[in-house]
Order: sequence, then C-alpha cells, then structure tokens
Amino acid sequence: MEHVIIGNGAAAIGAVEGIREIDKASPVTIVSAEPYRAYGRPLIANLLSGKIVEADIYYRADDFYEARGVKLLLGEKAARIDVEKKRVVLESGKAVSFGRLLIATGGIPFIPPIKGGEGSSIYTFTTLDDAKNLEALPGKVERVVVIGGGLIGLKAAESLHDRGIKVTVVELADRILSSAFDREAGDIVEKRLKEIGIEIVLENSVKEIVRAKGRIKAVILNNGEQYECGAVVIAIGVIPNKAIVEGTGIMTNRGILADGNMQTSVPGIYAAGDVAEAPDLLLGQKRVAPIWPNAYLQGRYAGLNMAGAKKPYRGGVAMNSIEFYGIPTVSMGISNPPDEGYVVRAVYEPKKNLYRKIVLKGHRLVGAVLVGQIQRAGVLTGLMTGRTNVESFEEELLNGEFGFASMPPDVRKKILAENR
Amino acid sequence: MKRVYAKEDVCIGCRLCEIACVVEHSESKNAIRTYKTEVPRPVARNVVEERGPLTFSVNCRHCDEPLCVAVCIAGAMVKDEESGVVRHNEEKCVGCWSCVMICPYGVIKMKPAAKKVSKCDLCNGRTMPACVQACPNRAIVYEER
Repeated sequence: MEHVIIGNGAAAIGAVEGIREIDKASPVTIVSAEPYRAYGRPLIANLLSGKIVEADIYYRADDFYEARGVKLLLGEKAARIDVEKKRVVLESGKAVSFGRLLIATGGIPFIPPIKGGEGSSIYTFTTLDDAKNLEALPGKVERVVVIGGGLIGLKAAESLHDRGIKVTVVELADRILSSAFDREAGDIVEKRLKEIGIEIVLENSVKEIVRAKGRIKAVILNNGEQYECGAVVIAIGVIPNKAIVEGTGIMTNRGILADGNMQTSVPGIYAAGDVAEAPDLLLGQKRVAPIWPNAYLQGRYAGLNMAGAKKPYRGGVAMNSIEFYGIPTVSMGISNPPDEGYVVRAVYEPKKNLYRKIVLKGHRLVGAVLVGQIQRAGVLTGLMTGRTNVESFEEELLNGEFGFASMPPDVRKKILAENR
Repeated sequence: MKRVYAKEDVCIGCRLCEIACVVEHSESKNAIRTYKTEVPRPVARNVVEERGPLTFSVNCRHCDEPLCVAVCIAGAMVKDEESGVVRHNEEKCVGCWSCVMICPYGVIKMKPAAKKVSKCDLCNGRTMPACVQACPNRAIVYEER
C-alpha cells in the first residue's frame, strides 16, 4: 500500500511517524510545494528576530526521511487529485500513485483586496520564505505596518522590532489577540508591546496603501490617518489551503472535513492539520484549528489509521503558548465562552501582568487563559482533555500554584496512577 | 519500562529528592559545591507538591505517547525508542513553553531567564535515579507498573 502525503509540515511529520509505527515497509512519498525539509513553522519568528539561525529551524534529524524510507519530492506543487485513478498529479506534469493519501496542505494567509495592495513590499508571515523575504527589510526600511493583531501579526511585529524596525500594528477589533485570547490577556500584552515601543492602533483598518513610483510610502487608515512606512505585512489570518480538492467530491466546509480517523468523505483519503476540519474534543463538533499540537496529532492519527491501526483520534483542543517580551501566555479550549451556559472565574492583576481565567461547563474545565504565570499549565490541559469533574475543587483552579495536591485524593490518585 | 512513582502516604516532604536531582545534574556532582558556587544552579526536575501535611513528588512518566514530543516545535524533545526515555536537548530548546502547556503531569520545569525548559532524563541510564536513591523512606519508587 503506497502512502502519499501532500505537505511537509507538522501534520505530515506526525503522519510519517504514525505510519512507520505500524508499517515499516510500505513506500511513503511526501510531495511538498516548499523546497525545504520539515521546519518548525513558528520558529520563523525566532529566525527573523535573529534568535536562531536557519540550521536550528529544522526540527528532525538530517536523515529523518532517509531513515524512514520516505521519498521526498520537494518544490513540487500538487495540482490535482485524481480520485478514480488514485493518483496525485503535480504541476510539473509528474504523477504519483497512492494507495492511501493524506492531504496536509496547511493554511494560506488570507489577503483582502486593498487599494495599492498589488506590487512590491507586501509580505505575509507564515513560511520560511516569508521570513527570508522579510530579512531584506532591516537597514532598508525604517517603518513597517503590520495589518492584524493576532498571533502571527504580533510575532511579525516583535521580530521586526527586534531587528530595529519601527512597527505599527493595525487591528480591526477593539483589542489584540481577540480570537485566541480575551480582553484582559490582550490588554496586558498590548501594554507590554507598547512599553517596548511597538505602536498599536485598534478598531481601524488599512484602506489604502500609498505608493510613489511603485514603492510603498504610507498607509491610509479608515479614519483617514496616515502612517508612513516602507513595507506592509498582512497577517489577518490563515485559511485552509484546500483548493486541491475542488471537483474531487471530497467534502469540505471551511476546511476539508475529516472524521475521527482523520479520513475524508472519500475512503482512503485523509486530511490533517490546518487544512482539516476535524472533531474538537470540547465543542463536540468539527472545526478548523490551525495550531501545531492539533496538526501533529491529527497527522499522527491519520498516519496510524492509514497504516491500518484503527485508532480513532479523540479530538483536539485549541491551545496556544506564546510569550511576548518576558510575559508568557497560554490559552486553551474555549477561552471566550459564546453564551451564558458557561461559568467563568478569573483573577486579574494587570499591574503585575498576571491573569488567570478558567471556563467551566457542567463542572468540567473547558477553557483557560493564563498570563504571567503559566507553570504547570498542562495539569489544567489534562483535566480538560480527561473531562474530569472538577466540582469539588473549582475554586482551586484559580490558584497559580494549582497542582495535584489541590485535588481531592481520589481524583489525584486516579490521574497519577495512569501511564500515558 | 520502569518509571518513577510516588507514595504520598509515606512522603515526609524532606525534599532530598530535589537536592539529589540538582546535584546529579550539576557540574561538580557535589552537593555543597553545587549549592554554594554553581551559577546558574540546575533546577530540580521533579515537582514536590506540598499542602499542609500532604507532600509527594511528581516525576516525568516518560509517556508511551509523549505529548511534549508531539508539540515540540524545535525538535528538542525526543522519545528514545530503545530506552523509552523522553529526552530533552536544551541546545535546541527555544523556550516556547508548548510542552509546559501540554504535559498532564506538570513536570516540565521552566527556566525563564534562560528561555529553556528542563526535564527528567532518568539520570541518563543510572540503574537507580538519584531522586529515588536519595529518598530516606522509599516514598518514591522506580519500578515497572
């Protein structure tokens, strides 16, 4: 059974490791549009800021593919999937036959139409090539405007700031980090970024990019204000890179729909990572969750199942760990409860840059936001994914020192007795 | 594989396990020198929890399906296929804290100044991990379960 994987990100690596756990022999081929072996995508920020060098970004051993008998087709973009003939046709004209196929094509930046948005000096920040392109800016460009105050936008802002560029972040919402975090967390991070010298403009958007002789000179915001800059980074969000399944009959919604085995509506074809819309453990429905842990684990389970293990994935939980200039933050699960059916408890000490919020539903922990103190956050993650009833120690969850000693003996002993 | 487990009923909270861990992972391997002169001093890689009379150590379980390895964006966390030990390569670690966010036992220690984490390595092939050996009343054991 020939396994073919389109994509070479965290989901693909998880899949290779999952497949090889079960099946040491079948051929595995990776088709990747990017010309690089697997790299830690979030590390592009560390690279751009100068904290690491390019060699550090490759997170598996040099012989990773070779040692696992994986054929690597780098710089080859998959053009379409022929479901009937079970083959992937590449843009180069080549075709790769598959027995089982994993679509792990990831996400692509969403780029809205903006006047003046066509032309040079417009960047995105999701790939190693993006980081390399942005490398050209220090020394040449004094100011950059980043459109979007989410995780990617802020990491781009931080990296460019670290390289001596003056950065203005323009965010449409009334706070930064609005999707993954909440207002209090956003406020603490906003304050910190401003202290460092990053300018943040809220409730506004870029109406026009002003050019002179083709070169970017400034942006004009919706309220008419003008900000001088020499380049623009667009970081509004990523959308599933699912164009490849058009016309194949593979069902999609926002992303490519995948079941608990990570299989799509077409048997033998799987989807994982940022392109997939797969079961979420807490929501009880499918969602696109473009984060590393989900990508790797979905990929791993796709791989196990492609190799015949019949091991369903329990579903992922959204989670982000990200630090901004010495302030670590974690958000997990449902960080912004959508309705009244949730109980929210929080301790907020903005002067100390401390914040801890927990979200409960039916005495189960379903979400948390931690700022400043994140040590042992995983104990909360464990309660969340374990669907542990926390009724008898709900109050304790707010304590920054929360641990197993804060739980009743029966709960604690049960968790600590398990091996995973 | 053999793992380190705690027996909370017999733990007296002396924290000798922490000291043994720090010394084992020090340059000098000598308790007095480690504590007096080593900067930065290694962190203990277990967590001793304490609440009133209740104390116990929580240690890395070197999971069969380690989530810390799954989420590591830098390839710093690796499960050794032969020994089962989940090893951490501090050189590669970038301090993204993803492993801290996901470890259900909460046993990955943060070193904020260094922007690195530190975790149990089962004392790199020692027959008996230093913490277990140091425990005066066998409140932590190293066994197959």
